[in-house]
Amino acid sequence: MTLAYDAFKLHTFADAFRFMADNSGLMWQKTAEHLQISGEAMAIALVIAIPLGVWLGHLHRGSFIAINLSNIGRALPSLAVIAIGLGIFGIGTTNVVFALVVLAFPLMLTNAYVAVDGVDRAAIEAARGMGMKPHQILLKVEIPLALPLIFAGIKTAAVYVVATATLGGVVGGGGLGDIIVNQASYFLKGVIAAAIAVAVLSFAASFAFAALQRAVTPRGLRRRAKLIEPDVTTGVAEVATT
Amino acid sequence: MNPLPSLMLAAGSPPVIPNYGGPPGGKHGCIARNGTFCWGWVKMHWGDILQPRLLEHLQLTAIAVGIGFALAFAMALLAHRKRWFETPFGTFSAFLYTIPSLALFQLLVPFTGLTVVTIEIGLVGYTLLILFRNTLEGLRSAPPDVLEAARGMGLTRTQTLRRIELPLALPAISAGLRIAVVTTISLATVAAYITPLGLGQPIFYGLQTDFTTEFVATGALAIALAIAADVVLVVAQRLLTPWARGGRLRT
Repeated sequence: MTLAYDAFKLHTFADAFRFMADNSGLMWQKTAEHLQISGEAMAIALVIAIPLGVWLGHLHRGSFIAINLSNIGRALPSLAVIAIGLGIFGIGTTNVVFALVVLAFPLMLTNAYVAVDGVDRAAIEAARGMGMKPHQILLKVEIPLALPLIFAGIKTAAVYVVATATLGGVVGGGGLGDIIVNQASYFLKGVIAAAIAVAVLSFAASFAFAALQRAVTPRGLRRRAKLIEPDVTTGVAEVATT
Repeated sequence: MNPLPSLMLAAGSPPVIPNYGGPPGGKHGCIARNGTFCWGWVKMHWGDILQPRLLEHLQLTAIAVGIGFALAFAMALLAHRKRWFETPFGTFSAFLYTIPSLALFQLLVPFTGLTVVTIEIGLVGYTLLILFRNTLEGLRSAPPDVLEAARGMGLTRTQTLRRIELPLALPAISAGLRIAVVTTISLATVAAYITPLGLGQPIFYGLQTDFTTEFVATGALAIALAIAADVVLVVAQRLLTPWARGGRLRT
C-alpha cells in the first residue's frame, strides 16, 4: 500500500487545533480558496435559479420540471460530476464550481418555485382587489411571503456546497480539500483540522444567509421566521442549519 | 488490475499505467490521443472494469442502507416512545452529517483500517440523519383523533404502533429510504478513496493516470446509476403507498 496513514492517538484532536495555530497561514489561504470556490458557485446558482423559480411559481407553470429537478439534482454524485467536468473543462477550479452549481441549482429552484407557487391565493386576491398590478403582486406580496421557503433552499444549498467543495481537493481544485486529501504531508491532525474548518464554514454560511433573510424580510413578517423550517425537497421539517 | 485507490502517491512508487486496453494507437486512435470520451474503451472494459465496479457499488449501497435503516428505525421507535431520546440521537446524526466524507473515511482508518468495514461505517453514518428524521416524523404524523379512536377501540400501545402509526408512517419512511439510497450511491463513489471498491475506483484511478475516458465514462455510469435508482424507487414508493399519491406539495 502506498498510502501513509497515521495512527489515531488520544491527543490527535488536540494536535489538530495545534496544527491550526502552527499553520495559520496555510489554513487561512485554503479557507479563502474554499470560500471563493463556494461563493462563485452559490452566486451563479442564485442568479439563475432564484429568478427562474420565482417566475415559474408566479405563473404556476412547470411544476413537474421544478419539483423533479431537485430529485435529479440530489441524485447526481458530485464526484462523478467533477470527473466529467474535468474532462470537459480541464484542470482548474472551473470543473469544481460547475459541479457545485449543479448541486445548488435544483435545491434553490425547487424551493423558490414551491414557495411562490404556494402563496395563499386569498392574499393574492386581496392584492388584486386593492388594484395591484401583476408585478406589484409579485414584488410586494408573493416574494415577501415566500421568503422563508426561498431562504430554506438557499441555506440548505449553502451547507451542501461548502461541504462538497472539499471534493475539489481530489482534482487539485484548491480549498480545504487540498489538505484533506494530502494526509501524507499534513498527517491526520491536518486532515482533522481542515475537516473542522469545513464544518465551521458550512455552519457559518448557513447563519450568514439566515442573517440576510432577516435583513430582507419586511418587519411585519419577521416574527414568523422560525429556526426550523420545512424543507420541501424532503417533505420533512429540517433544522435550518443542517 | 488497479491497485491504487487514491491520488496520494508516496515518493518512489512504481509508475502508473493507464487502462488503455491493448496497444495504444492502431485502430483505437481516440485512446492513444487520450480523447475526452472513447466509446471503444468503454466497450473493451465493460466486462473487466465497469460492470464489476457497478455491482460492487450496488452491494456497498445495499449494505449501508440496510444497516442504516435498521439502526435508524430502532432509534426512531425509541424516540417515539421516549421523547427525550430524540435530541441526543438527532444531534449525533446531524453532527455526523456535517463531517466531510473524505475526512470521515480517513478518520476511521486508524480504527478499522483500509477495509470495507471503514467504508460501511462511514456510509451508514450518513444515512442515519435522514432515515431517523423521516421515520420519527412519519410515526408522529398519525392524527390525534385517529389515535383517540384506537384507544377507544381498546388497542394497546404496541397494537396502535403496528396497526396505525406504522402504516401511516410508510410514505415518510419510503421517502427517507429513497433519499438515503441516492445519497449513499453518491457518497460510495468517494469511499473508493479508501478501498478500491465501487465506481469511485475507476474515477480515482483515471484521475491519477490522467486517462480521461476512464473517469468520464465511470462518472457518467455513476450518474446513470443514481438517476435509475431514483426512478425505480419513486415507482416502488407509489406502488407501496398508493394512498399518498397526488403529492403533498399541491393544495
